[in-house]
Amino acid sequence: MAKARFIVVGGGLAGLMNTIRLAEAGHEVDLISFVPVKRSHSVCAQGGINGAVNVKGEGDSPHEHFDDSVYGGDFLANQPPVKAMCDAAPGIIYLLDRMGVMFNRTPEGLLDFRRFGGTKHHRTAFAGATTGQQILYALDEQVRRHEVAGLVRKFEFWEFLSAVIDGSGACRGCIVMNQVDMSIHAMRADAVMLATGGPGVIYGRGTNSTTCTGTAASAVYQQGAHYANGEFVQVHPTAIPGSDKLRLMSESARGEGGRVWVPKDPHDKRSPTSIPESDRWHFLEDWYTAYGNLVPRDIASRAIHKVCRDLGKGIGGGEMVYLDLTHIPAQELDRKLGGILEIYDKFVGVDPRKEPMKIYPAYHYSMGGLWIDFGHMTNIPGLFAAGECDYQYHGANRLGANSLLSCIVGGEVGAASMIRYAAGGEGKGEPPEGVLQAEKRRQEKLFDRIQVMDGPENPYALGEELASIMRSDVSIVRENTKLAAADARIRGLIERWERIGLPDKGRWMNQASSYVNQLWNMLQLARVIVQGALARDESRGAHFKPEFPERNDPGWLKTTKARHTPEGPVLEYEPVDISLIPPRVRKYDVDKKEAAATS
Amino acid sequence: MAEPQIRVRIKRRDRPEASPRWEEFSVPRLPMMNVISLLLEIQKRPVTADGRPTSPVVWESHCLEEVCGACTMRVNGRVGQACSSLVDKLAEPITLEPMTKFPVVRDLVVDRRRMFEDLKKIKAWIPIQGTYDLGPGPRLSPAEQEAAYDLSRCMTCGCCLEVCPQINARSEFIGPAAISQARLFNVHPTGKNNAAERLEALMEPGGISDCGNAQNCVEVCPKEIPLTTSIGEMGRQVTLHALKSLLSGS
Repeated sequence: MAKARFIVVGGGLAGLMNTIRLAEAGHEVDLISFVPVKRSHSVCAQGGINGAVNVKGEGDSPHEHFDDSVYGGDFLANQPPVKAMCDAAPGIIYLLDRMGVMFNRTPEGLLDFRRFGGTKHHRTAFAGATTGQQILYALDEQVRRHEVAGLVRKFEFWEFLSAVIDGSGACRGCIVMNQVDMSIHAMRADAVMLATGGPGVIYGRGTNSTTCTGTAASAVYQQGAHYANGEFVQVHPTAIPGSDKLRLMSESARGEGGRVWVPKDPHDKRSPTSIPESDRWHFLEDWYTAYGNLVPRDIASRAIHKVCRDLGKGIGGGEMVYLDLTHIPAQELDRKLGGILEIYDKFVGVDPRKEPMKIYPAYHYSMGGLWIDFGHMTNIPGLFAAGECDYQYHGANRLGANSLLSCIVGGEVGAASMIRYAAGGEGKGEPPEGVLQAEKRRQEKLFDRIQVMDGPENPYALGEELASIMRSDVSIVRENTKLAAADARIRGLIERWERIGLPDKGRWMNQASSYVNQLWNMLQLARVIVQGALARDESRGAHFKPEFPERNDPGWLKTTKARHTPEGPVLEYEPVDISLIPPRVRKYDVDKKEAAATS
Repeated sequence: MAEPQIRVRIKRRDRPEASPRWEEFSVPRLPMMNVISLLLEIQKRPVTADGRPTSPVVWESHCLEEVCGACTMRVNGRVGQACSSLVDKLAEPITLEPMTKFPVVRDLVVDRRRMFEDLKKIKAWIPIQGTYDLGPGPRLSPAEQEAAYDLSRCMTCGCCLEVCPQINARSEFIGPAAISQARLFNVHPTGKNNAAERLEALMEPGGISDCGNAQNCVEVCPKEIPLTTSIGEMGRQVTLHALKSLLSGS
């Protein structure tokens, strides 16, 4: 076929893998990224990447991985793509190994694997505790190779503003903004991939990086792309407190033997190391005998929340529990978990090899995202999505170390589909100049308007208000009255957005005007999350409503699809493809086999 | 008892060609503050200590946990990441300045593109033949993996270039980060296949011979990468390579 021209937005794992596959097939790629790609949020992934290589003789298999993932996701994910992901996983780990990712090794020189939550197998390949960073670097290096060969053009410090959609409803390119000179440009492409990550900044302080606003996904949602399962967000059980960010303490800490506990007497005045075993309550091991500290994240977060909020048993009666590694030899810790111990040490000033860490749950990940078909195309022809910004692989709860995998799989599958789509003729060739220019003018007008906003509201303060609503009312425990009130308050924030005063009037690297645009998009996406949660009267995976404490398959085994209207999101539903594994009750106090027998 | 307000002095510049100015801010003290949280407070209320409204300070940051390298700047005269610079450990007033060895874009943001260009010069990648499933990579002993992992944590943050006296307006020196990356790829069983090309790149003007052995780099590397060991090792490889070329008459 003739060379096609593609745009990839986002330089994390999904975007880089997508770029590599497109370039490898000989196509030209424009890679747009808000930050230099080597600094993308994928660097924050710590624990590892899953793949059933079965190096420990445990009888692991891609099918077992598939079953754990579907079960861990409480049966909300469409099963065929999850199966394809798990089948591809061992090959992907080998590929990364060939690219030079410095995975930890066994004494024989083979790849080492460790345990993670929601499985009984050693299935997680890891590079110390900075696996995401190490994989990102390997992909960055391969992209640089294609850049030198002339196939990839990078646009770093550029922001995606919107898709260019022609009269037939197909995506023909996108509008981007140079974040230094603030100029706005139209770029054409035969297909556009959004690999723009999750919307964590909507929750403010959490484990996400500063650019994880979901702004690109929200922009195309407002242009007609459907957003699926927005109400499913993951709160990670173990993060350290901070005034700017709640830094992740990887699940691998528990995978390597870390134990979560509180003093039996919350007001025990002794230092944690001098509290004897008999005076400690290991509540996860107590409540979930089969999986213990390695229950999936939704379960662990709810348990910690219950201990601290409902039972008042957190350390000192507050919102904190211990994550304890002190029983593991320091040398082993350094080799397998060095990166995260360093973070705790540097940011808290306490050595976690010697003293238990104090942790609490924090917003971490969105299972929901742009609706895509099994080939990663959104409902807008020519517009694709992969990585955390899609909704495909994790159902109602993501298992740890499946996200890096889903990014790479999404990038690969998406590339094949984009190439097929471009060869198919739809959206091919030069779009009429008028289509590009009309969308460019729409964005220029928007930024002209932002530039002269001179009301009393500070945009960053509004963003913080949004985050506090989301953290308090749309997090681990959800109640319908509070969700309805949250939606009303967000509508209030949208009205106040109109009265923002832009604090920076310059036309050079004006971060404030970008933020004002992003804030609008975050507010729209926040309503999708809240309304999806309000409507879903059941408990499933990370979505927990005490008023409706059980999973309700007859009523709610279905995918939420939000469609934008000027009045707000309209929710529609579609059935989940459960063709491979029939849904069964999900419980972690007993083994999967036993659970299946009793359900 | 610490003061409830923190004084922060920031060196600002609206555009690359504008002259710099200092602005002073007074920021409420919160528990567990780092330099990023100071800047976030200023963003929400961009008013100087003497009550004059100003624009929010512009800076670069991303992961906020010292794995991305974005927020590198000079804090109280010492280069490092703003995120891991904890307020309680800093003398006040706290001064923030952009790095000096890279062109300033605005306020605390500098242009570090040269570092990524340098990675191209030394072919900092493994020359795999494709991304299809071709089985496992080469075996490595745990000791080899651990040594290489220490090198592979380089965030391209620029601290080592900032403190290197050989990096200045009159020099083309490639700097410690890229030299250490060349070492990383030269030890890898597949990366070795391009070893000679990397060594030749380091023999170009601005290459390894420009190192003045000041050893400042290794002192400031936030990831404790053994940069001087890398420079020593690559110096040895370059010498051997030069000798071999000489003997073979090529």
